[in-house]
Amino acid sequence: MEELILSVVQRTLVAGTPLLLGTIGEIISERSGILNLGVEGVMAVGAVTAFIVTHHTGNPWLGLCAAIVAGMLISIVHAFASVSLQSNQVVSGLALTMLGLGVAGLLGKPYVGKPLAIKINAMPIPFLSDIPVVGPVLFNQSPFFYMAVLLAIGAWFVLEHTLLGIRIRSTGENPKATETQGVNVSLVRYLSVIAGGGFSAMAGAHLSISYSKSWIEGMTAGRGWIVIALTIFALWNPLRAMVGAFLFGGIFVLQYMLQPLGISPNFLAMPSPQRPGHAGGTLPPRRALRARL
Amino acid sequence: MMHKIETLEMVNVSKSFHGVRANDNINLKVSSGEILGLLGENGAGKTTLMNILYGIYQPDAGEIRVNGQRVTIDSPRASIEHGIGMVHQHFMLIQNHTVIENIALGYARAPGLFPQKKIRKSIVSFSEKFNFNIDPDKKVWQLSAGEQQRVEIVKALVNGAGLLILDEPTSVLTPQETRDFFQVLEKMRKDGQLIILISHKLDEIKKLCDRVTVLRKGQVVGHVDAEQMDKRSLARMMVGRDVIFSFSREKMPRKEKVLDVADVTVVGDKGYPVVNGISFAVYRNEIFGIAGVSGNGQRELVEAITGLRTVTHGRIRINDKDITNQSPRKIYNNGVSHVPEERIRFGIAPNLFLYENAILKQHHQKKFSRLTFLAYGRIKAHTRQLIKEFQVATPSINVQTKNLSGGNIQKLILGREISDKPDLLVASHPTYGLDVGATEYLRNQLLKRRTEGGAVLLVSEDLDELFELCDRTAVIFKGRFMGILESDDPRLADIGLMMAGTKNLRPGDGADASL
Repeated sequence: MEELILSVVQRTLVAGTPLLLGTIGEIISERSGILNLGVEGVMAVGAVTAFIVTHHTGNPWLGLCAAIVAGMLISIVHAFASVSLQSNQVVSGLALTMLGLGVAGLLGKPYVGKPLAIKINAMPIPFLSDIPVVGPVLFNQSPFFYMAVLLAIGAWFVLEHTLLGIRIRSTGENPKATETQGVNVSLVRYLSVIAGGGFSAMAGAHLSISYSKSWIEGMTAGRGWIVIALTIFALWNPLRAMVGAFLFGGIFVLQYMLQPLGISPNFLAMPSPQRPGHAGGTLPPRRALRARL
Repeated sequence: MMHKIETLEMVNVSKSFHGVRANDNINLKVSSGEILGLLGENGAGKTTLMNILYGIYQPDAGEIRVNGQRVTIDSPRASIEHGIGMVHQHFMLIQNHTVIENIALGYARAPGLFPQKKIRKSIVSFSEKFNFNIDPDKKVWQLSAGEQQRVEIVKALVNGAGLLILDEPTSVLTPQETRDFFQVLEKMRKDGQLIILISHKLDEIKKLCDRVTVLRKGQVVGHVDAEQMDKRSLARMMVGRDVIFSFSREKMPRKEKVLDVADVTVVGDKGYPVVNGISFAVYRNEIFGIAGVSGNGQRELVEAITGLRTVTHGRIRINDKDITNQSPRKIYNNGVSHVPEERIRFGIAPNLFLYENAILKQHHQKKFSRLTFLAYGRIKAHTRQLIKEFQVATPSINVQTKNLSGGNIQKLILGREISDKPDLLVASHPTYGLDVGATEYLRNQLLKRRTEGGAVLLVSEDLDELFELCDRTAVIFKGRFMGILESDDPRLADIGLMMAGTKNLRPGDGADASL
């Protein structure tokens, strides 16, 4: 029984990692005032890029870097549309999702079903992983997990305790006032959206080169939409995002755990990616939500 | 490092928007230790000119000279670097952020890491210098308008602004705050600060400024010494004709009660009562004023009367009919019109056409609709008559209402609300932010409504307005009336104290306020 619980917790953390990475990115983007509904697409691009590069070079770290660059590049599309052209962010974000999923499917066609010779494996942290119970769960994880947690703390620190953070938040809260203080609002938004894209792609890379070491079309399986919901759940705070991401990761794992007991996975099913309108249409105004706290 | 600004000149500056000349060959000059008044009606181009100086707009022609040297100001950042600071009329503050975060945002020397901790000292020392007494850790939305303004001033000064542009600085302040603010300006003048004060309030221009530049329709009408001009001639320069400052208002008998508010309590947005058992009545042929610093419950009281907010205790009657907690439409149908406080947010639907806005709340009446269809022919005819009657300046009735100026929007709203001949007209800050001409017009309309037999409930922070128009004035403080004064009551002189809550006229003292 104890082993089972430990294994559930362990897998929860693994399943929550991409959610956390994506949520950090989306938080940064939304805090600068740009809603990016393209997370799902960027994740897919990240996943396929990481897989292809790793497959050819045999170096998963190179794959990860390539994925981040690819995610940043494709996010420029959304930044350009919503910042420079001032177009509707919902429309442009959804377009990015479709673009990303399409591009990923196309590029990844020859790689479907091919196994990866090498992947990013679990990396036990010396000494810490020897701690009974906690050690193997927390400190014998994929490097992605450590990175996600550190990046969440880092993102929180940047947003709350640096001048850059004040600029990003001010841009999101009141772009006009921020502009009069001599801050380049467009630049801040571009950077935030691009950084957000990098995080989403990292989440995708985790799926293809660490979590499952294979590529199939649609492997992001709606995680991008969960990220958008999680961003609200976390109230735009990267620290709270950790709680949310691992909670959702837990539900993800429970689906499979409960199956043998006769409980349908649909019961805890993830929101369907076929209904993205839900994510976009029901976004409550951020200020109202935060004011209630 | 920048040099201290000694003089600033704008030479032959012009700027057009969509073919309309907002600024036409404007020259002005301000030197150290001087307060320059920039006087003009709404739409005269004052704010455009200052936005050019602050780098928000680029001039089509002309140049800006600092200490005699030509400079290019292509962004607010450049302007800040030249030592220019601006306090906008609508504060450029981030409401959800703390005072420190707001100041750090534009602070040129703010460090990248832990800026909140590191700049605290300079903020505190600046606020001590001017007796500002602001808590740097408070969120901006928790501050009063006066405090927010002080934050704006500190924000400009920590960056070493030698020239401070103040756009209608007193429009949001209480009389007391205004006095304090004037002292701060005097102190800055002594320190050798350059100040440009934008205003259309003649009194404060006369009181504070050394020189005045008057703008009308985008052009400089004249540069004058404030000392040598009287109020009347300044007004004539600004408007281009004589302005009447006092309205004739003969006494009218108070007989028929229109509005009866009995012991009303209303809960505010934050969940606690902001109107605490207020009672009063408004009669036909009467303008009843409510004076008070904003945030003392007048907004909630008005919302309760017009049906926008729930009354938790007490009764409201119109012509002896109980309308407590009825729907706004029902209340409107019972003869209560409302000119709301925030005219663009609540008075109109900005994206709808002018003719659509002209019949809001009346669209369901027989004269404008058949079955479920709107009778556009009649609506447009009605609108044309309305804009003629109420002097709404607009190119056509087929424009989006948001394109009108504030004064014209207000005339449209007032026209719409009055045209139905309501028994009670509730007007909240009807002339807020309007220029002398539009203000005069709107006040005349309120008086006309009074003569015609309507009752008017006027909520305002502008004491001159209340003194000029009201038959009786109540002073509200923390959700209670501190007293109700007749227009000839000598105690009106103490109204400032009553607004600040230090003087309370007890019941039986000629007022029916209760504590």
